[in-house]
Amino acid sequence: MSLRIVVCVKYVPDATGDRHFAEDLTVDRDDVDGLLSELDEYAVEQALQIKEAADDAEITVLTVGPEDANDALRKALSMGADKAVHVEDDDLHGTDALGTSLVLAKAIEKTGYDLVVCGMASTDGTMGVLPALLAERLNVPQVTQLSEVSVDGGKVTGRRDGDTATEQLEAALPAVVSVTDQSGEARYPSFKGIMAAKKKPVESLDLEDLEIEADEVGLEGAWTKVDGAAERPARTAGTIVKDEGEGGKQLAEFLAGQKFI
Amino acid sequence: MAEVLVYVDHVDGAVRKPTLELLTLARRIGEPVAVHLGAKAEDAAKILGEHGAVKVLAADAPEFAEYLVAPKVDALQAAYDAVSPAAVLLPSSAEGKEIAARLALRIGSGIITDAVDVEAGDEGPVATQSVFAASYTTKSRITKGTPVITVKPNSAAPEAAPAAGTVEQLAVTVADSSKGTKIVSRTPRESTGRPDLTEAAIVVSGGRGVNGAENFPVIEALADSLGAAVGASRAAVDAGWYPHTNQVGQTGKSVSPQLYIAAGISGAIQHRAGMQTSKTIVAINKDEEAPIFELVDYGVVGDLFDVVPALTDEVKTRKG
Ligand SMILES: Cc1cc2nc3c(=O)[nH]c(=O)nc-3n(C[C@H](O)[C@H](O)[C@H](O)COP(=O)(O)OP(=O)(O)OC[C@H]3O[C@@H](n4cnc5c(N)ncnc54)[C@H](O)[C@@H]3O)c2cc1C
Ligand SMILES: Cc1cc2nc3c(=O)[nH]c(=O)nc-3n(C[C@H](O)[C@H](O)[C@H](O)COP(=O)(O)OP(=O)(O)OC[C@H]3O[C@@H](n4cnc5c(N)ncnc54)[C@H](O)[C@@H]3O)c2cc1C
Repeated sequence: MSLRIVVCVKYVPDATGDRHFAEDLTVDRDDVDGLLSELDEYAVEQALQIKEAADDAEITVLTVGPEDANDALRKALSMGADKAVHVEDDDLHGTDALGTSLVLAKAIEKTGYDLVVCGMASTDGTMGVLPALLAERLNVPQVTQLSEVSVDGGKVTGRRDGDTATEQLEAALPAVVSVTDQSGEARYPSFKGIMAAKKKPVESLDLEDLEIEADEVGLEGAWTKVDGAAERPARTAGTIVKDEGEGGKQLAEFLAGQKFI
Repeated sequence: MAEVLVYVDHVDGAVRKPTLELLTLARRIGEPVAVHLGAKAEDAAKILGEHGAVKVLAADAPEFAEYLVAPKVDALQAAYDAVSPAAVLLPSSAEGKEIAARLALRIGSGIITDAVDVEAGDEGPVATQSVFAASYTTKSRITKGTPVITVKPNSAAPEAAPAAGTVEQLAVTVADSSKGTKIVSRTPRESTGRPDLTEAAIVVSGGRGVNGAENFPVIEALADSLGAAVGASRAAVDAGWYPHTNQVGQTGKSVSPQLYIAAGISGAIQHRAGMQTSKTIVAINKDEEAPIFELVDYGVVGDLFDVVPALTDEVKTRKG
């Protein structure tokens, strides 16, 4: 029986660009290039390794996002995923975390799954809550923040490096997993992979397909509201000195002046 | 006055500092009621009471340690049902955020994570977030249900505000569906004797410029002279020079100390995401073009192997 893996991937504004908010206080996506969240590359990589270790597995990559989010799916397909699902609907603009988790959960159920793999956090919202929300909605175990993961005999096991301890976790499938950037470098798509990706199927779904009402998502349906966004004032230029033998002393002088010593 | 639930982060009854910060913020919105899960609630109650907790709801069950996250959500939900609070505050740790998210979903409420400040507003609590690697500050609120907010460490100075801190037992039933993820084993992290990275008032971090695990003692010596925590860039961590638990940045710890000293760190956006809200920033780097200098209050262009030991000596002399 085939192991059905769904990898959730987010299309995000490039963090090395100048990210801004639009007038309605959502992320201005026209303003800076988007890409597959780097942290989701680790999720795709682990899914590929799980597939390689399994007898028979299939990987579907799933995104909720605007038209351009297709680029993120193509990247994941060129890394080696088998097919893709793109949930796209104008009414999704401004959806918050709870709304996103609703859409993802419905799409995952529609696709069919034994294992859901997510990144540890997106590189824009950086909430790190979606995997837990998905586990709650799908009513399956959450095996999250893993720096090591494997699937065998209908079970997923992994290592979670927490603040105060390292834990070994275990759960029966179906389950939701999230992996950290410590889980192992993601592969680069090969030329062959890029060519093959062009022929792989991308299914497009909208809210109606998922039986979600427009007022359950989007800015209107959100459980949270952003009232203001202000660009952080540029820091006033600091003092910069060249070390000509006295750098350490001068720095100590500064720190003493600030009462740190 | 309305009650506000505060989730207690503790290690065996020893309350961690971010919880005391939460109590201070909670008092701006209502009367703090602390929720203590696990052993030694009586030990915790003393310090929680000193910082404003009118009540400590306590529950201990083996499931909290045997399974991941979900049993704690059951407990917090029981506390929510018992109190009908005006808001729920939790620390912004990985676990705190996961508990918060699942609770919010269950009680039909919105969630805000990584707040750096919380104030009372006309339409409920207003949370300040520092987003896009701290290049923007946003003000947000929750429009549906009871606000569930997670707050970053070092967002408020803990204030003493003596209150009763009476311990009451909370009845918790852990659902079978919450026993899905077994914690097969747990290895506690060894203490270094240095302050906790996220709680420390001063952090000294080293990057690729430190050039080897054998050189990190140079960074540690400065940290120890200042009573600081030690941090590292991802480049230093990936090279195996320092443990991942000390990584500062987007995928490491987010720190907001009074003083952050970066030595041999270039200042990539992902590193900045974890330290840009530090009050005073100092950098030592031999490249005067390094982007970290855009952030600093004081920067020294020079070799860290000259500057850092000289600074350490100077600190020791001045401190006597
Ligand atoms: C700066 C900023 C701050 C925000 N603050 C809040 C807030 O406080 N409360 C709130 O409710 N919403 C907030 N949002 C909105 C929130 O980020 C989005 O709703 C988002 O899709 C879910 O949160 P996340 O991206 O932070 O996900 P995370 O929980 O950080 O993402 C974890 C993983 O979930 C998967 N995933 C996340 N989004 C998608 C997607 N669209 N498609 C496929 N997979 C996905 C990926 O695998 C990802 O690695 C914020 C957004 C921004 C840009
Ligand atoms: C998804 C993602 C997440 C990431 N998360 C993080 C994160 O959490 N934290 C993080 O730090 N990075 C993170 N990174 C990596 C980040 O992009 C940078 O690669 C990293 O921060 C660089 O570390 P560095 O500054 O130590 O090294 P470099 O950029 O190589 O800089 C080294 C600096 O040391 C200086 N130097 C060298 N020798 C000396 C000397 N003797 N004396 C003084 N100065 C010297 C050099 O001039 C240079 O500026 C992430 C990247 C990605 C893609």
